[in-house]
Amino acid sequence: MALTGRAPEPGLITVDPIRCTAHGLCAELLPERVTLDDWGYPIIDGRPLDAGLRAAARRAATACPTLALQLR
Amino acid sequence: MTSVIDERATEAPAAPSRLLPPAGPGRPPDRLDDHLRRWGPAAGLDDPRGSAAAGLIDAVAAAGLRGRGGGGFPTAAKLRAVAGAGGRRAPVVVVNAAESEPASAKDRALMTGAPHLVLDGAQLAAAAIGARRITVAVHRGDPAADSLAAAVHERAARWPAAAPVEIAQLPRRYVASQETALVRWLSGGEARPTVAPPRPSERGVGKHPALVQNAETLADLALIGRFGPTWFRSVGTPDEPGTRLFTVSGAVADPGVYELAGGARGAEVLARAGGGPGGVQAVLVGGYGGRWVSTDGFRAAPLTTGRGPGTVALGAGVVIALPPDGCGVRETARLARWLADQSAGQCGPCAFGLPAISAQLTALAAGWLDRGGVATLERWAGQIRGRGACAHPDGVTQLVTSALTVFAAEVDQHVTGRCSARPEAPPVCPLPTGDEAEPWR
Repeated sequence: MALTGRAPEPGLITVDPIRCTAHGLCAELLPERVTLDDWGYPIIDGRPLDAGLRAAARRAATACPTLALQLR
Repeated sequence: MTSVIDERATEAPAAPSRLLPPAGPGRPPDRLDDHLRRWGPAAGLDDPRGSAAAGLIDAVAAAGLRGRGGGGFPTAAKLRAVAGAGGRRAPVVVVNAAESEPASAKDRALMTGAPHLVLDGAQLAAAAIGARRITVAVHRGDPAADSLAAAVHERAARWPAAAPVEIAQLPRRYVASQETALVRWLSGGEARPTVAPPRPSERGVGKHPALVQNAETLADLALIGRFGPTWFRSVGTPDEPGTRLFTVSGAVADPGVYELAGGARGAEVLARAGGGPGGVQAVLVGGYGGRWVSTDGFRAAPLTTGRGPGTVALGAGVVIALPPDGCGVRETARLARWLADQSAGQCGPCAFGLPAISAQLTALAAGWLDRGGVATLERWAGQIRGRGACAHPDGVTQLVTSALTVFAAEVDQHVTGRCSARPEAPPVCPLPTGDEAEPWR
């Protein structure tokens, strides 16, 4: 298998529930996959990310103040 | 020698009384001599580096042993994960005898009635994975610590070279005996769950890969080490081999700890506890993170380690029979409040969702909640599931959702401000008292 020198494209979003303190930026930046529950904590739509959402997902992960939102 | 485990089926006692001492719980604990007279020697104890130790993991795999603390994880897979964890530090064995379920008494019955069987299992597991230290975790103030300490003392004299055993007393918190919380606490932290992975086999206790096993699981392992997988499978069903310990309470004639063949139906469990002479309205199965089941459904279904179609998950083996004059809504509201208080408070969906669910159920129990409020309760239960670091919120929502289904007619009564139960009927689900201010360390 040829090495392309690029990291694999992230396909899944996860939340570390202990780190998460409900800032809610993820739901602002990635509303296609993240909604908030009645207390402001994210509910993740677990479907794999399609190509059009990856940039937004990266922005959401970077913006998370507690680094609870992770891309895999 | 090709067979590393003896298959001495003829010498093994008749089932299903395997784990519990013959006279049942409450009698003086087995002395080491009595224990060895009953069960005979185990090659792996006298010769930890011999072939019996080497063959144990395969024997456990062939026996189909799965964790008896409620999780049901295959024991051989755990043994292999720890044995293969690598690193420079030797693994440790953690015996999880901290029985957090308030309605469960099976691990205490084992630790007080047959401590040597559990300790045999811990030593055999230690030999199989190369562990050089064993920790037995019980809750603070657990009377089992005394019989355990006496048993450890007896064994140290007989097997001076065996892995040393220490007894650790964990905070009296419901989630403290959850595997990741236990390992965190043993490593010097608080007894609160952590995000997994990394699992205890990887994270370990102070960087020593940790094998965490429930006391009943290790008692089973001790017998597999002696008599082998074929003997082990001679009781139970192919999918549910061996025996299971149940703690039966509530509206039965003889509450207590009972040992039944794997795959037994609910009717057999109730019958062993003398049946429900006054009738049984419904049954709470598994523990307080388990579920309510209709009496007919419980009687007919095989109680299984995992959940499958037409079966009921036995969890930690808790069975509580609700009497006909009790109220499932009131019982569940009372449990939900306690369970909300038991949250480690680390994950938002649990820290905020469980108190909200508890308040809503309390209102329903009091007859103050309308149909819309019940719908909110159902929505919250669905939202919270799967969103904590540990399974605590999942257990609570499962219990609540099952109550709304099994007690649907009673929920309708409550929505109209009525309750069909006897008002002064005392609750049947036991709850501990005095642990409100229990620290996490």
